[in-house]
Amino acid sequence: MTAPNVVPLALVVNGAPTTVSVDADTPLLWVLRQTLALPGTKFGCGIAACGVCMVHLDGVPVPACVTPVSAAIGKAITTIEGIRGPVADAVQSSWAALDVPQCGYCQSGQVMSAVALLSANATPSDADIDTAMQGNLCRCGAYPRIRAAIHRAAEALSTRSQGASAITPVTP
Amino acid sequence: MKRRTFLLAGLGTGGALFLGWALLPPRQRLIGRTPPDTDGNAVALNGWLTIAPDDTVTVVVPKAEMGQGVHTALAMLMTEELGCDWARVRVEHSPIDKIYGNISALVEGLPFPPDANGTLVRGVRWIMAKTAREAGVMITGGSSSMRDCWMPMREAGASARASLIAAAAATWGVAISTCRVDQGVVVGADGRRLRFGELAAMAVKHRPAEITLKAAASFTLIGSPIPRLDSAAKSNGTATYGIDVSLPNMLYAAVVMSPFGVTTAPIVSDAQREQSRAMPGVRALITLPGSKYGDPPALAVVAESWWQAHKAANALSTAATKVAATANMSAVSTVTVMQDIRNTVRNDDGMPIRFYGGAKHTLEESTRTVDATYEAPFLPHATMEPMNATVRVSDEGAELWTGTQVQGYARAAVAHVLGLDEEQVTVHQHLLGGGFGRRLDVDYVAQAAAIAKATPGFPVQLIWSREDDLRHDFYRPATVSRLRAAVDTDGHVTAFVAHSAGQAPFKAYGKRVGFLFTMYGPDRTAAQGTWDQPYAFPALHASHSETESAIPVGSWRSVGHSHQAFFLESFIDELAAAAKQDPAAYRAAMLQSHPRALRVLQLAAEKSGWGTSLEPTADGRPRARGIALHAAFGSIVAEVAEVSIAVDGRIRVHRVVAAVDCGLPVNPNIIRQQIEGGIIDGLSTALYGGLAISDGTPRQSNFHDYRLLRIDECPVIETHIVPSLDVPSGVGEPGLPPIAPAVANALFTLTGTRLRSLPLRMPREAAS
Repeated sequence: MTAPNVVPLALVVNGAPTTVSVDADTPLLWVLRQTLALPGTKFGCGIAACGVCMVHLDGVPVPACVTPVSAAIGKAITTIEGIRGPVADAVQSSWAALDVPQCGYCQSGQVMSAVALLSANATPSDADIDTAMQGNLCRCGAYPRIRAAIHRAAEALSTRSQGASAITPVTP
Repeated sequence: MKRRTFLLAGLGTGGALFLGWALLPPRQRLIGRTPPDTDGNAVALNGWLTIAPDDTVTVVVPKAEMGQGVHTALAMLMTEELGCDWARVRVEHSPIDKIYGNISALVEGLPFPPDANGTLVRGVRWIMAKTAREAGVMITGGSSSMRDCWMPMREAGASARASLIAAAAATWGVAISTCRVDQGVVVGADGRRLRFGELAAMAVKHRPAEITLKAAASFTLIGSPIPRLDSAAKSNGTATYGIDVSLPNMLYAAVVMSPFGVTTAPIVSDAQREQSRAMPGVRALITLPGSKYGDPPALAVVAESWWQAHKAANALSTAATKVAATANMSAVSTVTVMQDIRNTVRNDDGMPIRFYGGAKHTLEESTRTVDATYEAPFLPHATMEPMNATVRVSDEGAELWTGTQVQGYARAAVAHVLGLDEEQVTVHQHLLGGGFGRRLDVDYVAQAAAIAKATPGFPVQLIWSREDDLRHDFYRPATVSRLRAAVDTDGHVTAFVAHSAGQAPFKAYGKRVGFLFTMYGPDRTAAQGTWDQPYAFPALHASHSETESAIPVGSWRSVGHSHQAFFLESFIDELAAAAKQDPAAYRAAMLQSHPRALRVLQLAAEKSGWGTSLEPTADGRPRARGIALHAAFGSIVAEVAEVSIAVDGRIRVHRVVAAVDCGLPVNPNIIRQQIEGGIIDGLSTALYGGLAISDGTPRQSNFHDYRLLRIDECPVIETHIVPSLDVPSGVGEPGLPPIAPAVANALFTLTGTRLRSLPLRMPREAAS
């Protein structure tokens, strides 16, 4: 019952500073889901083999199931609940417009990976999509729609940036 | 004929009382004994919808949403007849009640060929429908939801519409016939308007004597490819699954389960127990005997967080494995099980499922025969959301939060384990992070209840690790099938004989949950996909031998069709090759009396460019096409796959063209989505699927060694839907069966090598 390793850890989750008291080796996934009540990030495999737990640490997609919470200290943690901005908007609206999700369980992770891809590469090729999205499994077979939705989001973003002067930049 | 006589005799044992009951019309499905949740201010006009004062229409859906889009599709049926505003429609899970029992799945489970429609067959179906209505088994499976709800959902909408109009007419003192409905508003002849939200409370008193449904020609919503209701919530993390349930004072549980064939809980020393019990956050360590629902004997750790429970369970698991290794506790292995199935299929003494025309005799007399044996392995479901359930036991009873395909059996499992009446158990249904048949079983629910019993007052959330999930499933049964045909000099089939062997999935399931309809007699789901196909065989004999093993089996997406389609459609291709005929034309010749199937076949062939030449791949490898056709759950699907083999021997599928006839296409967008999903699931398992088991434990444990198709291996998929006004049939499963044979047939065209075993592996010499 004793918990000698438990010390308060300071985290920044979706822009908000917070403190959690858990074992330092606890995966970030379980801190998000159970300690911080952010269940949008899912549990699928526990070994970084399926991608349903993808979150961003300083904008970089990482599987939260194998990331010890201690490794996230001092970094901006972004989950599906906190992802914002034009890229996220474009991805999520494309996801809904093309009906990407079926059961939907993997889709938080898919969206997080897709946002990271489009943030780094505004015009991804099919090969770029394969590379970036390979870590995200989908048992329902949403892959063709994921590919189409990423292309659609890229187009929407490029149309948007061509007329960018009228758009107020969104703060992260 | 014998079989039919037997059936009627069996059903007729009730005598005169039974006959009296049988002649009464089926009981209504409009209003049940348990009203839907109205949230205080909404009004339930019947068991299928509520209307709130702000005009929100909540469609009450008894079917589990596991990805197949059923919530959207069923809400469309309601909206079409009710005449409300689609933008104000939401969906809620129904309570448990007999009006929500699945009638279609049980009627379709009768041992008649799908096209049989004689007086006797219709009579037996009628009796079965009545029996199913009385039984009231809530079940989402067998691609039956659309067929099952096609009438009751629309009737509920039409009934409510009539009530709303009557309420408005009474308010205005005008004739009902002068009022009409427009987007959630009743409009009078003089233009007066009353909103559904204003009328709902009054409308309860105006129940229509009869219900008039819209004619198909006047549908405005049904048939439209409108977006799903759940896409946005599933793209922004707000969709809630069973695993997302969070309750005050909730504890978490992890388990260590015994291997197959072992009847005792994992053995660990007292010292190890104490050590785990003393780990951070651990509240309880419980030994579970297992239950009839299929949860094996196990040790459970309850802790303040799941990670703490999981760590303590892992320590116990490591200790238990060491004990088991020295005790040689289980000898269950797929090597011996497969050998047993192969031996069984060689003895030609299976239980006949369907036979006519003296097929065996014709085969024996024939000098021209084709004879081939095929194999398919055990398959786990591997839903993305691992099995989980949350149970709270209190003085009054118990509550369950989970995602299940069978709400009633889930409730029964909790009641059984806790020794309660079913009425004392409340079930909170959630979205399912994948079902595929896995969540027809309630082993994880029974296990969660047994754990929660030890922590009364505290809700306990049981979560299985991925390893638990892959290693404790009810697998698609490994099956071996020998197919033989006698052919004439033109290569046409004169007799077709099929004998498969493997465990009986639905009989095993029936015994676990108490589903009376499949507990006894031959399990036709094991053999479905051979005897029920549209091909005109002059003589047929289809039989199945049920084998036994300690490996648990259950329903896996499309059940028998998933492997029997591979066997049969590969065999048809072999027959075409033996006859030196084009595989599509060869099939078409056998479908002349089945225009629906013929049209599907021809549509897939035409859209795929069947018969035209194919360019090599970008890396210079030749491509070939393969075709397959299969009828399942009332729908017919044909698929053409374009394949190549990479320099390193990998099988690559570039493009799949599918054609589907699923009756009236309610939502073409969802139909396409489901056909895509079925193809990808089927392709994933055709290329990689298959579980190896030794010492009672699956060798694969997680997604690093149980491979699934990923985005870079996914083909381009085109789906073409045949226009139809027939009663809609299912799309969740029928897209899956044809893909494995379509790929195998393409590989044969490409290499001349016939692959008769799943997963498909090219022999090295054939691949180059």
